[in-house]
Amino acid sequence: MGEQRHGDPGKPGAVERVGDDSGNFAIENPGLPPHRPRITDEDPRAAKRAERQVSFLFILSIIGTLIFFVGYFGVGQLPLDETNMNIIRLQNTMLGLGTAFAMLGIGVGIVHWGRTLMPDHEWVEERESVTNEEDRSDAAGIVNDVIDESQIKRRPLLRNTLIGALAIAPLPAVAMFRDLDNTGNQSDDPAENFGVERLRHTMWDTGTRLVRDVSGTPIKASDVTIGSAMHVVPDGLLDLEHDKLNQKAKAVVLLMRLNPDAMQVSEGREDWNVDGIVAYSKICTHVGCPIALYEQHTHHLLCPCHQSTFDLTQECKVIFGPASHALPQLPITVDDEGYLVAQSDFHEPVGPIYWERDPRPAEERGA
Amino acid sequence: MSVVQDYQASTRTGKIANFVDTRMGASGIVKEFGRKVFPDHWTFLFGEVALYSFIVLVLSGTFLTFFFDPSMSDVVYDGAYKPLYGVEMSSAYASTLDISFEVRGGLFMRQVHHWGALIFVAAVSVHMLRVFFTGAFRRPRELNWIVGSVLLILALAAGFTGYSLPDDVLSGNGLRIIDGVMKAIPLVGTHLSMFLFGGEFPGEHVIPRLYSLHIMVIPALIILMVAIHLFMVVVHKHTQYPGPGRKNSNVVGYPVGPVYAAKAGGFFFIVFGIIALIAGFLQINAVWNYGPYDPSPVSAGTQPDWYIGWVDGVLRLMPGMLGDFSFLWHLPLPWGWNALPMGVLIPMLPAGALILGMVLWPWIERGVSGDNREHHILDRPRNAPGRTAAGVAGVIFYSVMWLAASSDLIAVYFKMSLNDVAYVLRVLIILGPILGFIITKRICLALQRKDREIALHGRETGVIEFSPEGAILERHELVDQYRLYELVAFESRQPVPAQPNKKGKVGTWEKFRAFWSRRFYEDRVEPISSQELIEAHSEHDQQRRKLQGSVATAVRELEGKRDDS
Amino acid sequence: MKALSQNRRHPMVGVALLLLGLLLTGGLYSLASNINSASAYSESDYTSADNIADGEALFNANCASCHGVGATGGPAGPSLIGVGAASVDFQVGTGRMPLQMNGPQAQEKQAQFNEEQTMQLASYVHSLGTGPTVPEDEYLDTDHADVDLARGGDLFRVNCAMCHSASAGGGALTRGKYAPSLHGVDEDHIYEAMITGPQNMPVFSDSNLAPEDKRDVIAYLKEFESQGYPGGASLGSIGPVAEGLFVWTGGLALLIGFMVWLTTRSS
Repeated sequence: MGEQRHGDPGKPGAVERVGDDSGNFAIENPGLPPHRPRITDEDPRAAKRAERQVSFLFILSIIGTLIFFVGYFGVGQLPLDETNMNIIRLQNTMLGLGTAFAMLGIGVGIVHWGRTLMPDHEWVEERESVTNEEDRSDAAGIVNDVIDESQIKRRPLLRNTLIGALAIAPLPAVAMFRDLDNTGNQSDDPAENFGVERLRHTMWDTGTRLVRDVSGTPIKASDVTIGSAMHVVPDGLLDLEHDKLNQKAKAVVLLMRLNPDAMQVSEGREDWNVDGIVAYSKICTHVGCPIALYEQHTHHLLCPCHQSTFDLTQECKVIFGPASHALPQLPITVDDEGYLVAQSDFHEPVGPIYWERDPRPAEERGA
Repeated sequence: MSVVQDYQASTRTGKIANFVDTRMGASGIVKEFGRKVFPDHWTFLFGEVALYSFIVLVLSGTFLTFFFDPSMSDVVYDGAYKPLYGVEMSSAYASTLDISFEVRGGLFMRQVHHWGALIFVAAVSVHMLRVFFTGAFRRPRELNWIVGSVLLILALAAGFTGYSLPDDVLSGNGLRIIDGVMKAIPLVGTHLSMFLFGGEFPGEHVIPRLYSLHIMVIPALIILMVAIHLFMVVVHKHTQYPGPGRKNSNVVGYPVGPVYAAKAGGFFFIVFGIIALIAGFLQINAVWNYGPYDPSPVSAGTQPDWYIGWVDGVLRLMPGMLGDFSFLWHLPLPWGWNALPMGVLIPMLPAGALILGMVLWPWIERGVSGDNREHHILDRPRNAPGRTAAGVAGVIFYSVMWLAASSDLIAVYFKMSLNDVAYVLRVLIILGPILGFIITKRICLALQRKDREIALHGRETGVIEFSPEGAILERHELVDQYRLYELVAFESRQPVPAQPNKKGKVGTWEKFRAFWSRRFYEDRVEPISSQELIEAHSEHDQQRRKLQGSVATAVRELEGKRDDS
Repeated sequence: MKALSQNRRHPMVGVALLLLGLLLTGGLYSLASNINSASAYSESDYTSADNIADGEALFNANCASCHGVGATGGPAGPSLIGVGAASVDFQVGTGRMPLQMNGPQAQEKQAQFNEEQTMQLASYVHSLGTGPTVPEDEYLDTDHADVDLARGGDLFRVNCAMCHSASAGGGALTRGKYAPSLHGVDEDHIYEAMITGPQNMPVFSDSNLAPEDKRDVIAYLKEFESQGYPGGASLGSIGPVAEGLFVWTGGLALLIGFMVWLTTRSS
C-alpha cells in the first residue's frame, strides 16, 4: 500500500476523515463472518440445560445470602472471648463467603443466561461525526446573537466592571482558609504560637533530664552500657496534657554508648558526650521518619522508611541513602545526682529540611 | 399532538410506563440507548471493573462513616482488643478498632473497603494502559484521556487520604513523610505543611481534614469526572479492534438490550463477589498490630499502599550525598540563608515528568506522527511499535520506582544486601527504560514479520510431507479471509522528516520532532500490498498443485507397476 | 490404558501435582519447624563441675577452632570470656552457632546440640567469666499476674518494632544483615537475645528494660502469636507490599479470568 495518509502537522485541526477503509489494505474488508450457531441455538435440550444451570446459580446466590445471615446472626451470638480472635475470623470468613456466593451467583447466572440463551448476532451501527458543519454555523449564529443582545461588546464599562467584580469576589473564600494553620490560636505563651520559628525549638533545655520513653524514668550514666540503645524523651514530656505529640515529634532522642577511642569528635563538640555516651535526634533529616535501627557492632543507624544510613562513629554522618546531612547531636552532661541531662537545646533544627532552615548559629543569623 | 395523552395503557406496567414517559420522555431515552451497540472484548472491561469497584467503595464507605470518629482527641482504649487495653490513643484509632472488633461485620466492611480500593486503583491503571497501548486516546478522544488521567490522580488522592485515617503508627509515619516532602518545597513548603496540619506536625487537625476530603470532596469529584467520562463515551461511541466487518465508520457489537445489559449488569455482581471473596479470606491492614500513632516508634517495612509506592520508591533511590558532596544546598539571600533540599526535590522531577507525560501523551504522539485523523479502530500494540515501546519504557520507569519502595523487603526475602538492591535499581531506572524501548520495538517488528509470513504463506501446520522426488516440505495452510483481513488491515507509519516553516527554515523544535519521528517510525515492516499477496498465494497454489501432481503421478506409476506384475 | 494416557495429558494435572508437591513440602516444613521445647535446667546445673568439664570437652571439639582454646578468641571468632551462659544458650540453642557459613550474619537453623549439651557448653563458658545468666522461669511466665500486655506492646513498638516490624515478622538492616522474625521463637531465647544483644542487635540490659519489662514484651509477642489473624490469611504479615502484590497477581487474575469468560462466545 503505497498510499500513506498524514494530516498536515502545520495545520492544527486539519483532518482527513477516514470513512470507509476498504481499498487501503491488501484485501477488501470481507464483512462480518457468517454467524455460527451455538449448541443452545440448535438443541432444545442444551437450551433447557443452560436454563437449569442459570436457575441453579440463582439458587446458589440465595444460599449465599443465607450463609451471610448465619454468619451475622449465628456466629455473632457466640460469646466473644477477648483473647481469641477465631470467632471474629470465622464470622468474617462466613460474611465474605456468603456475600461472594450471593453476588457471584447472580452475576455468573445472568452472564451465563446472556451468553447461552440470548441472541448472539452482532449488530452494526454507523458512526456519526462528533460535530457537523450545519450545527456549527447554527451555533455560531446563536452565540453571536446572544452576545449582541446582551450588549456586552457595545458597553465596555459594564464588561470591565463585571470582570473586576468577578475577579476579586472569590478572594474572601481564599482568605477564609488562612486560619487552617491555626494563626488564630494565640496563646499567652509565645512558644505555643504559630510560626516557623517553632520548628527550631524542642523541649530540651539546660538541665532537662533524659528519661526513658514509655516508663519516664531518669537515666544514670552507668545505666548506659556499650552496645545498648535507649529511646529517650525530655523529662516532663510524657505528662504533658496539651501539645504532647507535637513536642514528642521533635524531641525524641536515641542514646547510645561508644568506646571513646572509636569516636571522631569534631571541634566544639568535645564535651557533648559523657564518657562515650552520645545522644542524637531520632528524626531523620531526610523526610522525618524515626530512625531507630541501631547496629551495635557497625555503629550504623538505619532509617526503615528510606534506608538512610548514619555512622555513629562519625557524628552520624550520612553514609548511604537519600538523607543529605548528619543527625543533630544533643549535648549532654551529668547533673549533681548522677543523672544524664541536656546541656541545652539542639544547636540546629531537627528533622526534615524546610525553606527557612538557616543552619548558622543564632548570633550569625541575627536572631 | 394528542396521541400520547389519549393513549390508554391496558396493563398496570403499561400505566406506570405511560406515566413516566409523559413526564420525562422516557421513550426517547429507551430509543437512544435500548439497542445501542457496544463492542465486546475482554480488555474493554477494565473500565467497568473500576466503575463497579467504585460503587462497592461508596457502599462500604458509607457503612464505615456511621461508625468512624475522625477525631484526634485523646481517649483511653477500653474495648475488646486486649493487647491495647488501657493505651492512650486518638478517637480515630479507637473507633477503627471498634469497627474491627465490636461492630458486627465491621471488620468485613473494612476489608471490603480496603481491598476494593486497591482493586479500584489497579483497574483504573490497567484500563489506562489498555487505552494507551491500543491508541484509543487518539482523536477524537483526547479530552476523555485527560478526564481519565484526572480520575487516576483523584483515585490516588482518595486512596492516600483513606490510608491515613486510622491514625496508626504506619499511616502516621506516612503522613510524616508527606510533611517532610511538603516542607522541602521552596518558599511555600513550610506554610503548606502548617496549613495542612494546622500548625506543627502532627497537630490535632489533620485527620478530620483528610476525612472531609476523603468522604466528600474527592468522591464528589470522582463522580463528576465519571459522569463526564461516560457522557463522552456515548458521544464518541466505543472504539473497536480491527477485524472483518469492523470499519472506522461503524461499531460492531452487541446491543445493550438484552445481551450487553446482561453481561455488564452481571459483571457488577461478579466484581462485587470477587471483592467480597478476597475480603472474607485475606486480612488487610491489621491496624491493631501497628498501635496508635506516636512520633517515636516506627515499624520495619514501612510502606504505603501500592499506588503511592512509586513516589516513596523514587525518594529512596536518590542518593543524598555523593561522597562528601551533599545535596542539601543553602542559598545566601539578603534576608538570611534559605535551604534547598535537592535530595528530596530532584526525585520529584521524574515523578512529575511521568504524570505530565501521561496527561500530554495524545499531543506528544500527534507531534511525532503528524497524524491528526479520527481513529475509531484500535491499533494492535505490535502494529504501533513506537508507541508500544515508549509505553513499555514508561512502565519500566514506573516499575523500578515501585520496586524501590519495597527494596528492604526484597533484600530480606531474597537474601540480598539492602544497599546492593538500591545500587542495582539506581542503574536500572536509567538503563531499564532505554533497553525496554529498544527491545520492545524489536519484538513488535518481529511479531509484525510473523504476521506477514502467516498472511503470505499461511500457517505452519506441523505436517511434514515427503514428495516422491525426495523433497521434504512442511505443509502450510492459508488462513481464511477473515483472519487474513485482521493480519493485513493496519497502517504502518513512516517517519515525517523535518519540515521547513513559513520562512523556509527548519527550526530546532522541528528537528527535535523529526528526530523522535525517526526513532519511532524509521524501523518498520512494509505492509503487505495486494500485489504481493496475490503473487504469494498463487505461488502457494502452484506448489500445492505441483506436489499434488507429482503425488498423483507417483501413484499412477505405482498402480501401473502393480498392474504389470 | 488409553484412558489413562489421556487423563495424564489433562492440562490441570501438572498444576494439581505442583500444588500437591507444594502442600506436602510446606506441611512437612511446618511440622519440622514446630519441634521445640522449653528449658528445664536450674541454676545449680550451670555451676556443677561435671557439666563444666563436659562442656569444655564439647567446646574444644566443636568451637575452639574458631573461638580458640579457652575461648580467648581467634582469627575467625571473638573471645567468649564474659559473654555469659545466656549468650551461649541463645546462639547454640537457636542453631546460630556453630556457624554454618560466613556471611553478613549467623543464620538460624536446626540446633546442632541437644539441650543437655547446650547447657554444658553454657556452663563452661559461664565458668570462664561471668556474664548474663539464663533467665529465671519467673520472667518467662507470660501468664504471671503482674504481666501488663498493653505496656509490653508500648515497649515493643518503641524498642523493637523498628527492626523486627510491628507484626514481629522481621526486617532488613544494612548490607545483607537483617532482624529475624520473632514468630515461634521460644520465650527464653527472646529474653536472652534482649539481654545479650546477639550480633548487631543492641543490648537491652536490665537497666534499660527491667526483667519485668522484658516479660511484658514477651507476653505481648506471645499474645500476638496466639490471637491469630482475625481478618483471614495474613499474607506474611508484611503489610501493604504483600497486599499490593496480591491485587496485581491473584486479584487481577481472578478478574481477567471472569472477563475472558464473559466476552468469549459460548460454543
